[in-house]
This record gives sequence, C-alpha cells and structure tokens, in this order.
Amino acid sequence: MDLSYGAEAENYRSEVRAFVKREWQPGERRGSDLGAYIKNFRHRATNEGLLYRFVPKRYGGSEQPVDVVRAQVIREEFSRARAPMEVGGNGMAMLVPTLLERGTEAQRERFIRPTVEGDYVWGQGYSEPGTGSDLASVRTKGELIDGEWVINGQKIWTSQGGGANYMFALIRTEPQAKKHDGISYLLIDLDQPGVTRRPIRQMTGDAGFYEFFFDNAKTPADWIVGERGEGWKVSRTTLKHERASIGSAASLGAQFEKLVELAREVERDGRPAIQDPEIRQLLTRIEGWVMAHRCSSYRLFSLAAAQEEPGIVQLMMKLLLTETGHEIALAAQELIGDEALLEPPPSGHGKRGPSKWLDQIMGSLGNSIAGGTTNIHRGIIAERGLGLPRDLAMGGE
Amino acid sequence: MMRFHPTEEQLAIQDALRGTLADSFPKERLHELVDGDTDFDKPSWDALMALGLGGLALPEIWGGAGLGLLDLAMAIEVLGDGAAAGPILQHCLVALAIASSASEELKARWLPELASGGTVATVAWGGEWLPEKWTVKIEDGVLSGMVRYVPGANAAHLFLVGTAGGGLALCELEAGMRVSAQHSSDRSRRTATVTFKNAKAVELFEPGDPTVARLFDAALVLIAADALGGAQHCVDLSVAYAKEREQFGQPIGRFQALKHQLAGMALEVEPARAMMWYAAYAWDMQLAEASRAAAMAKAHIADRFVSVARAAVAAHGGIGYTWEYGLVIWFRRSMFDRAYLGSPAVHRARAADLAGW
Repeated sequence: MDLSYGAEAENYRSEVRAFVKREWQPGERRGSDLGAYIKNFRHRATNEGLLYRFVPKRYGGSEQPVDVVRAQVIREEFSRARAPMEVGGNGMAMLVPTLLERGTEAQRERFIRPTVEGDYVWGQGYSEPGTGSDLASVRTKGELIDGEWVINGQKIWTSQGGGANYMFALIRTEPQAKKHDGISYLLIDLDQPGVTRRPIRQMTGDAGFYEFFFDNAKTPADWIVGERGEGWKVSRTTLKHERASIGSAASLGAQFEKLVELAREVERDGRPAIQDPEIRQLLTRIEGWVMAHRCSSYRLFSLAAAQEEPGIVQLMMKLLLTETGHEIALAAQELIGDEALLEPPPSGHGKRGPSKWLDQIMGSLGNSIAGGTTNIHRGIIAERGLGLPRDLAMGGE
Repeated sequence: MMRFHPTEEQLAIQDALRGTLADSFPKERLHELVDGDTDFDKPSWDALMALGLGGLALPEIWGGAGLGLLDLAMAIEVLGDGAAAGPILQHCLVALAIASSASEELKARWLPELASGGTVATVAWGGEWLPEKWTVKIEDGVLSGMVRYVPGANAAHLFLVGTAGGGLALCELEAGMRVSAQHSSDRSRRTATVTFKNAKAVELFEPGDPTVARLFDAALVLIAADALGGAQHCVDLSVAYAKEREQFGQPIGRFQALKHQLAGMALEVEPARAMMWYAAYAWDMQLAEASRAAAMAKAHIADRFVSVARAAVAAHGGIGYTWEYGLVIWFRRSMFDRAYLGSPAVHRARAADLAGW
C-alpha cells in the first residue's frame, strides 16, 4: 500500500499551489467587494480546470476527466491557502449531478450555470411533517392545470431555507399510482405568492432549517426532472451524492483535535484534564474510532481512484461519523463540567468559552437524524451490506 | 501512486491460506484439539509452512518471499478467522527478529529452518508485557528467570526471550529450561510458564536497542490482525445463522432488532480493517507514527473482537452458549488477543504518552 500521491500528483500540486498563490489575494476586501473578488477568483480557477470539474464547460464548469487524486490535491491546496472552493450547498451537491444525469438539455441550460455562479440557492424539498424515514409517503400534491403545476402542501427540514430561492422537491402528482410510482421530481421558484417559509427553531436555539407552505404555488410544466411518476428513482441519484458528502473524514478528525485541545485547556483536580489518566483513556478510546474512520476513508478514496466497487464500508461511513460524534459529545460534556450549565453566546459574537461545546453536544444529535436516521442506516447496512432479508413492512417479500 | 486497498496478490495469498487452512484443519480437527490436551497441529502447521507462511516476510536469500509486515498481517488475519492453532504468529515474529539482527551466522543457522517450519519457534515475553518491564536476566550468555504465558512452548524448539531492561535473547530448548503448561482458557493457543536456570542463550539485541521496540510494535500489529480475523468470523457466523434460523415462521434475520445488532457488529469490524492495514503500513514505511498506530490498533481491534464475540453469542441465542457449536473457541480467542501483549488500557496509556499529551 502507498499513501503518497505519487510524482505526477505532486507535480500537479506545485502547479495548483502556484496558481492559488498568484490568484488568491483578497487583501483587505470586505463585504460585496470581497464577494465580487471571490466570484472572479472562482471563474479563474474554473478556467484553470480546478473547480466544477464534473460540470461540462457549456454550463459553466471546467469539464475535467474524473481524477479523485487531483481533486483531493486541489482541496488540500485551496484549504491550505484558505481560498474558496466551489459554492456549497444542496445545489452543487445534489441538484447539478441529478440534472446532468436525468435533466433535459433545456433544464441544464436554464439551471446549472446560475447554480455554479451561486445565484441560485437550492433548498431540498423531501421531508414533510408526516414523512420522515418513510420518504416515499410524501403527500404534497401537484396537479397539472392549464400548462403548469399547481402545488399544495408542506415541506420541512430544508437546510439553507432562509437563503434559498429555488427548491427541488418530491411531489405526489399521480395519486392513483402505487406509493413509489406516484411521485415526480419538480423544480420550484420559491419567490412567489403561493410559497410561505418559516424558520424552525432547533435544540441549540438556532434556526438552521426552514419549513415551506405551498398554497396554489405554480411551476412550469416542463420543470419536471425525469418523467411523471419517476421522481422517486430520480431522487435516488441525489441521495447517493448526499451520503457520500456527509461521510467525509476531515471534519471528524478536526472535531477530535478540538476535543484534545479542550482537554488541554480545562482543568481537573488542579491540573490540565489531559494529564488525568481517566481522560487519557477516554480520548484514546474515541480516537480508535476516529482512526478507523480516517483509514477507511483512505480505503474508499483509493478504491474510487482505481474505479473499483466501494463495498460495505461505504454504507458505514455516515453512521461511524455520527456515532463517534456522540462519543465526542459525551466526552466534551465531561470535560466542560459546570460550563454545561451556561448558555453559550451566539457564534460570531466574540470569544466563546468551553460552553460553546453545547452546540456540538446537541448538534451531534441533529447529525444522526439528517441524511437518514441511525436506525435507517443500520437497516441499510444489514440489508444491502450483510444481505439480510428485507423488512416486510418496508416492502420485503 | 496512492493505493490503500489490497492488491490482487495480497488477496490471492489470503485465498490460498484460507483454502489450505480449511483443507488441513477442518472444523472437526479444531474441536478435537480443543477437547484434547495440545494445541499443536502438525498437519496444518506443515501445510501452512509448505505454502510459505513462515518465510512470507523474510528476505528471499533465506528462503522467504521478501514481503512486508502488511502482507504477514493479512495472512495472520486469515488464521484468526479460521482459529488456526499453535504459535504461528510468534513463530513468524522470531524469524522477523533474527532477520533484523546483525548476525549472518544466526540468520544462516535459523532462517531457512524457520521459513520451512522444520523448527518451531515462539516468543517468551509474558506476564510483564512491555519491554521495559521484562525481567529475565542474561549474564555471560546464560539466562535466569521466569516468563509466564508463553504460547506453543510445548512444541517449540527455539525461544525468543525478553530480557531485563528490554533486550532479546535466543535460546534453544535445553536442560536449563523448564516448561510447565498452564491451564489455558484459549485452548487453541495454550500457554506455559517457562523457567530459565542457567540456560545457554545468545543475546540478539541489547537492552535499549531500538529494534526491540520495533519488534514489539510488529507483534502488536500481528495480534491486532488476528483479532480482526476472529472478529470477522464472529460477524460472518452470526449473519449466516440469522439467515437460516427460523422463528415465528420466518428467518430471524428479518427482525429489525437482530438486524440492527448485526449491523452494529459489522460496524465495529469492517472499518477496523483499514486501521489494521494502516498500522502495518506505518510499520513497513517506518513512519514516525508507527509505534502509536500499532498501540492504537491493538487496543481498538482487541476491544472490537471481545465486543463482537459477546454480541455473537447474544445473536445466536442458546446454541451460541453451547460448547458443541464452537463459537466459544473464538470467544476465548478474543480474551487471549485482548490480554496478550498488554490490555487495551495499557496500550491506550502508551498511545497518550506517545502523542505527547
């Protein structure tokens, strides 16, 4: 085995590093000035073949051959220089890949470029108040009336919901068809009179998600991706992308490093907590999981680079991440001690003490619900990974 | 070029070992050994050695295949899965130690013998596991002292003995040694107390020689590999049972509670595989992190083995609790892998030290 990227990749790294050093000089720019500079930087990086690599040139991408090693080198070099990567969010992670796979030429022309530019921000319209893990039971209704879709119902748990101006949504358009066959994948303009949005206040006190109410909201007849009733299948492409992106390794490593940092900062029995044998055991026990996760992400990366099947371990990455997140939360709770009695100041408001860990302590619970709950993922591992028979209630025979 | 998954060759070696072990060491034979009074199985020992296991990580000039610790660890993983009996892991370690020494004479004398398996070797480090705590004294070429928990001592002719201060000596079975079998819980790898009273020995590494620490790290990686294989066996056995066992008119593997337990077991084991690879890779590449990675892998994976062995009994129900079914063999091996060379807590404490915390 070999964890070095090889000479070809290292030459490429020098090129990328030189580009970033030359082109990313934001200086003292702030506000809209900085925003314009970032947009311009992304254009230059795209022309160089560094960003939007899987997006064809005619839609504003750089259309590069699949090369996970180069992509990784680019991420490392941009992150090293704190240069902005592609615009984030559901649009790039989910909608654009879906349009590239299933969209019409007109839809690609219409939607991809502004998404790449960051002008279109997409909300995901999947969950509904009565529809959580049983996603195919969506009830929000779409009827084709006089050449446009008329939508009525409610969507919930939309991240980026405050800033989103468009939504891709699973809408029941064929009420007579079987559960999975009655859904269509529609694109909706959120800035119209028939749409109302409301923030959802969550455990941490913040509002990271929104709910949307559709009251005779309209969308053009041809803003449907795939055929009528194919929405469930179309959405599977996107969920695959989301799962891959949630399971990334770097964030867990960084979170664990912060935990170690916390153990250095806080005291226990008059000395830094990290010198306490019990805390050292606690930290190294968690680190075992962190290492297993990191090494498994090397493994998946390597398999992807060789274009080989990822196997069962890919199904486990999200669960491994969130389960370890719980362990980190409990350790942090032990370390911060009485600070857990204090509400942390909101982020972005000056220096935050150890009580800022409350965000992680509660946020870890959100992570294990978003993108498929822990129990759903256990079922996926058991059925798709271990080949156990399907649950009768979930369509098994 | 970046590559962090097994090569075709590594998978082929694993397949060959798996097949050879299955043929030469059928389940009935394993049960015979467990119910008998020895853990040394000549037919499977000879078959595995004939395949080249003893020389896998030895240089080619000494009859080896010239491969690395990673390849050896992947081989040991297969043996852990199959509950191979006797001191195979220890035998390979002794060969690795001699190959790391400066003595061409010792290499010529022993390596071809160990590669072929004609001489059986084992490691005597037990009781006080960490090199700095070893106690056997060596003076003027003779050993005195006592070591507990020596696997395969009944079959071994050559012993790699840990000496006071962290040295290593090589000792042939001789009159100054007394081997007394312990009543071992893991009957596929039985241990003995070995007492040295003026036993002649050759000093292989002086106390403080960095090679000793490296060999100890290699041992940790190999025991982690054994634990990984054993843990995988527990998962596979439980999943297979859940598919065939019927209750309430359907396979129990359809019930969500059991499904989630089995998924939890797999979640413990499969990600640990790459962790074991990493520890072996770090050793082969002599990365700065190698020692710490070995300690972390031993601690984490031995814990996983114990955990899934317990879960496997629970997943089986009554049959898993019987002697006859055989899950108990892996259960007891998990307890061996956890304790042998130091408990997870010992190695986690070392890992914290090594991180400079």
